[in-house]
Amino acid sequence: MNKLILGRYFPGESVLHYMDPRAKLLAGFIFIFIVFLASNWQTLALLTSFTFFVMCLSGVSFKVYLRGVRPLIWLILFTVFLQVLFRSGGTVYFDWGPITISHNGIINGVYIFFRFVLIIFFTTVITLTTKPIELTDGIYFLLSPLEKLKVPVDEIALMLSISLRFIPNLLDETQKVMDAQRARGTEFGEGSLLKQMKTLVPIFLPLYESSLNRAEDMANVMEVRGYQSGLTRSNFRRLTWHTKDTLALVTMALLTLGLLLLQ
Amino acid sequence: MGTPILQVENLSFQYDKRTAHTLSNVSFTAQQGEWLGIVGNNGSGKSTLAKLLVGLLQPEEGQIHINGMKVNQENIWKVRSKIGLVFQNPDNQFIGTTVEDDVAFGLENLNMPYEDMKARVDEALSLVGMTDFRYYDPSNLSGGQKQRVAIAGILALKPSILILDEAFVMLDPKSRRELLATLKKLKQDENITIISITHDMNEAVDADRIIVLKAGKIVNSGTPSEVFHEEQELEPPFAEQLRRLLQERNAKVPPEFMTEQELVRWLCK
Ligand SMILES: Nc1ncnc2c1ncn2[C@@H]1O[C@H](COP(=O)(O)OP(=O)(O)OP(=O)(O)O)[C@@H](O)[C@H]1O
Ligand SMILES: [Mg+2]
Repeated sequence: MNKLILGRYFPGESVLHYMDPRAKLLAGFIFIFIVFLASNWQTLALLTSFTFFVMCLSGVSFKVYLRGVRPLIWLILFTVFLQVLFRSGGTVYFDWGPITISHNGIINGVYIFFRFVLIIFFTTVITLTTKPIELTDGIYFLLSPLEKLKVPVDEIALMLSISLRFIPNLLDETQKVMDAQRARGTEFGEGSLLKQMKTLVPIFLPLYESSLNRAEDMANVMEVRGYQSGLTRSNFRRLTWHTKDTLALVTMALLTLGLLLLQ
Repeated sequence: MGTPILQVENLSFQYDKRTAHTLSNVSFTAQQGEWLGIVGNNGSGKSTLAKLLVGLLQPEEGQIHINGMKVNQENIWKVRSKIGLVFQNPDNQFIGTTVEDDVAFGLENLNMPYEDMKARVDEALSLVGMTDFRYYDPSNLSGGQKQRVAIAGILALKPSILILDEAFVMLDPKSRRELLATLKKLKQDENITIISITHDMNEAVDADRIIVLKAGKIVNSGTPSEVFHEEQELEPPFAEQLRRLLQERNAKVPPEFMTEQELVRWLCK
């Protein structure tokens, strides 16, 4: 659990930490689109240096970002290999049936690799500097136009925020149940795979039961405090848009323009 | 006295048809501005009664009227705007990701404007002495702090009837005294009705009237002095224990129940 960096929040005091989550989310979306404009060395260099600049701003060490890429490295390499092996064009270095390794294939592979890594870095910057609840608020705001289409955005946001509230509890409880089982002599992570899987059953069953109980208790609490689905609710958490948020989006626009010019 | 704000008539309830009734034929009333204590041992049906009062469970027989309104599916939301319940287990009572978010949850449901919510949240947090913790994650609080936040979440809604289901058990004696004093003042100033469920008799002596539940039946009720005088089975409050011990030693103590202050006054005579 501790290894997963993607989607984690790192408390800090950087400018990015104090930005409006809506601005960060919008910047993230823009970034994902403009990554595909990086199709030559100049654009790639511009985008990479921009990403590094943003990573430095976050005040989180590079090691953390690298750890964020690690769980996805096989997926990335797989995609890159597919590109290299099946894409043709340019000088051919190797040819065997449907598999050709060509100049264009390799170049494309390199681009794909960089695009992947840059997207991961950039989105990690966002999740590392934004509290999950702020992200939820941001998503809620950005999705709220969908309310016109009868999408229950309000409920989705509440569900998300309650699930986020549950995560630390669930981790605590897992720890407790594991300790309790250890006290009864269970050893985790030993023996054959089947044996290891069997030791997990007495963890999941109590967890499942306690989660159900917890959910029922919480539903009771929500009801007693007057929660009814479909009701118009006001929002206590407020998002405030500052000049720096506007500046960030202007920067993203300039970056897009720069990429288009260099293409 | 006028019509009672809470009227419970012949209430019966069972969780499972195969087992005995959890509550049988319970009737009582509470007046506006009254502090009603409900005491009873583990499993006597106190929490079940609380859930019935707020309509989380439906009675099998009997009825509940709050402010003249019958508690049923139709009226339930009107009733809930009048009555607040602080649950027994403080761990599962948090909806918000921070203390202040959580206190605001009920207000958000009322679609209250931000400024009003802020004022109510500030007020409720200062009443329970948790203002300094407003940005904390509730899961990082101690048990007693959690209970205080849960109480604040209900106080912010300004109910006319406040039910506290063992809401003080995790509080240290000093905070408990302070919070009880705060609630008493609230009861006086705003004339709210407080129903406090407890098995701590030292807490129950503060009530205007006590109901004793035993295996789902009301076995006794009256003022604390009446109840503790008659009820020999319940562990009495400290002052009463002391009085009985003195009586055993043939000291000339008055034969009836005394509060702590009365006993002190008598001892220092
Ligand atoms: N959800 C449930 N399903 C079935 N039986 C229940 C349920 N909740 C409580 N009971 C049973 O109902 C009886 C009364 O429980 P209740 O929680 O009302 O007691 P209590 O007086 O609040 O006790 P405590 O002092 O321990 O809080 C108990 O015998 C309990 O086993
Ligand atoms: Mg109980």
